[in-house]
Amino acid sequence: MTAATLSGRVGRRAARGATAVVRSWLLFAILVVIWEFAARAGGSKFFPPPTEIAVRAAHLWFTGPASSLFLTDAVFDNVFPSLGRMLGGWVLAAVVGIVLGMLAGRSGKAMDYVGPLFAFFRSIPPPTLIPVFAVLFGLGSGMQIGSIIFGAVWPVLLNTVEGVRSVDQVKVETARSFRTPKAYWLGMVVLPAAAPKIFAGLRVSLSISLLLMVVSELIGAYNGIGRSLLDAQQDFDFPTMWSWLVLLGILGYVFNTIFLAAERRVLAWQPTRLGRD
Amino acid sequence: MLKLLRGLAGLVGFLLLWEVVVQVGLVSKTFIPPASVVLVTVGDLLGDPTFLRDIVATMLAWLIAIAIAIAIAVPAGLLLGSVPVLRTATAAIVEFLRPIPVAALVPLVLLVIGSGPEAKITLGVYAALWPIMFNTIYGMGEIDPVLMETARACGTSRFRILSSVALPQTAPFVFTGVRLSAAIALIAIVSTEFLAGSEVGLGNFVLIASTGSTRFDLVLAGTVVAGALGYLINEGLERLGNRLFRWSTVDREAIA
Amino acid sequence: MPTMLEVSGVSHRYGSGAKAHTAVHDLSFTVEAGQLASIVGPSGCGKSTLLRCIAGLTPPTDGTISLHGDRVAGVPDDLAVVFQDYSRSLFPWLSVQKNVEFPLRWRPIPRAERRARAAEALEHVGLSGVGGKFPWQLSGGMQQRVSIARALASRPALLLMDEPFASVDAQTRFELEDLTRRVQREQGSTVLVVTHDIDESVYLSDRVLVLSKSPASIVADLRVELPAERDQITTRESAEFVTLRGEVARLLHGDGAATSAAATAASDAAEWDLAEQSKSMDATGSKTRR
Repeated sequence: MTAATLSGRVGRRAARGATAVVRSWLLFAILVVIWEFAARAGGSKFFPPPTEIAVRAAHLWFTGPASSLFLTDAVFDNVFPSLGRMLGGWVLAAVVGIVLGMLAGRSGKAMDYVGPLFAFFRSIPPPTLIPVFAVLFGLGSGMQIGSIIFGAVWPVLLNTVEGVRSVDQVKVETARSFRTPKAYWLGMVVLPAAAPKIFAGLRVSLSISLLLMVVSELIGAYNGIGRSLLDAQQDFDFPTMWSWLVLLGILGYVFNTIFLAAERRVLAWQPTRLGRD
Repeated sequence: MLKLLRGLAGLVGFLLLWEVVVQVGLVSKTFIPPASVVLVTVGDLLGDPTFLRDIVATMLAWLIAIAIAIAIAVPAGLLLGSVPVLRTATAAIVEFLRPIPVAALVPLVLLVIGSGPEAKITLGVYAALWPIMFNTIYGMGEIDPVLMETARACGTSRFRILSSVALPQTAPFVFTGVRLSAAIALIAIVSTEFLAGSEVGLGNFVLIASTGSTRFDLVLAGTVVAGALGYLINEGLERLGNRLFRWSTVDREAIA
Repeated sequence: MPTMLEVSGVSHRYGSGAKAHTAVHDLSFTVEAGQLASIVGPSGCGKSTLLRCIAGLTPPTDGTISLHGDRVAGVPDDLAVVFQDYSRSLFPWLSVQKNVEFPLRWRPIPRAERRARAAEALEHVGLSGVGGKFPWQLSGGMQQRVSIARALASRPALLLMDEPFASVDAQTRFELEDLTRRVQREQGSTVLVVTHDIDESVYLSDRVLVLSKSPASIVADLRVELPAERDQITTRESAEFVTLRGEVARLLHGDGAATSAAATAASDAAEWDLAEQSKSMDATGSKTRR
């Protein structure tokens, strides 16, 4: 294998990868361009041209001092606290959901008792409970994290229950035939067997956490992405409003992608993983 | 039957716990009224024509949103599920739009559409689109190739194959998507009513009750009704789905 | 030879009242230490139920089971089971090595020894060097070998095998039959195999227990007078083998006249019942007693 053919191979693979990226983002890019032209040709003021949004976003977030990586105060005062609340709430919801889910899922009887309750709680629109959380924890981070946890725990919990209950019967008997002690049973068999469903629940939880982070900030917060979005709307500052909105989309996309990558690694042992987005 | 009783027992147990916690004083009574008060309030509200009008308004908006969502998402899902090129082309857009929290669009929608029923229906549709579409696409992928080949080997016409073999296999998945969307759409609509304050609706009711001189008994009562509606819808659809698709052997994992 | 397993008056009934279905009725037999015995019977006759009773996974409705003198109540300590469905029995998230080590995890042995014993078991089944792979990377026959290695690693006094080769192709089946014989003779273990394959039951074992249709009872208990060294081709051609398997076949299928349409219909219904039972148990997942 000569150096020429080797580099040729690598080059071709890189080109293939690049065309794949281009192909999936092409339509998106085209739409953005169309938006740009439509807005410049005198569209509604509610939808400023993307270039204007991009400029405003850059100004809003990246014109800070070099010492803080060019990030402005807006980032530190709003983005980080929001993310902290969101991720903190999500992690706590995950822990509670998985633990409770494993407890409840182990016995069909237990689920008979609490199943309808869980289904009911999951159907409550989280924003309506925010006033309740507000009086319990005050109008600050506590209220937000509380609401996030309340909304995000159910997908994890219910999916964990389902995962635990659907452990393959043959595996159940295998473990029993070896007299597997409970701790090993739960940790080495139940948890991995339920992992695919648990991860599915965690992913839904993640997007719910993001949603509730925004909602709780729209209702009552002193800072945060949602708060900034609302302020911009009330000031009729559309480029800024769109900047925050786009940021939310980007954050959601990034979190989802990172999570999927992590899931792929943890669940690498599954040979039959279907390409679910 | 036993299952039903156990479920009721769990519910009663929870209500008792709630009552005790509040009466004992762990939580202030003004902020979280005890279960008894809230249940009585729910009973009163259900006899109140204004409240019933709110419920009807919410449910109507919900029905419209679901109908529109199905009309858009099912054909889109079928199309994207069967033409891989289209899927890759639209993948990026979908992946970018989907994670945007519905609530973040509320300020925008309020500006563009105003705060009438159109706003909440729009957001309801937006929230309900994704589960239906994704589950439809997923369902297309689960079509058993052996069944399709068998049909082809029998000389079935292209159209009959699609309508009698492919579609019934996708149907359970589409239904699961619709069931999920139903719940999500209701939550989205009530939330929009709450965040934006529409003229009528459950969410609006809760909003009014929670501002000014806050009546937490009303807030919790409205929340309970909203939750109960969502629960009933989900249970109803689940039972219907189980009955309609009893023949289906596939494990229908829902995608949200 | 001392008795390893004693089954005495064992019956098992599913359900109760009018819907009750007796899978196994009043079975009694013993298996001596170091013996390779097989239980053969028609499909759905209850032989798997019997195996599960012996394994302690299901308590019998009547009768007792003793393993080297101790009453079996729940799963005994030094017993291992190899299931038919290897792909569902092995843990896909563990490597082959870790799967084989599984029964040793909670024993008070140091990690190095655990690893050595697992490697040793894998070597016994002819799979040394495969430890790092995952089950889905192996063929069906190799997966079942891993299952066997996992059972062997726990050094059981009694090894139970539930139709272990029913899910592999014929070629692999022969290899695995030879493997089982070799391992059993090398280790001197006591093995009880449940199978529906008549040829296999004769080829594999020192002793064949023939079960009737459901409700199952022992129709015959035959000594297999074949030489200890067996070969898939020559042994299966030999006169003794042909005679024996013919005898077993006749016992299983009854003498023409004895099998009436009603009996066939009854056993078909029994098979359907059993399938329904196992399906409902499967569906409720963790509903099994734990």
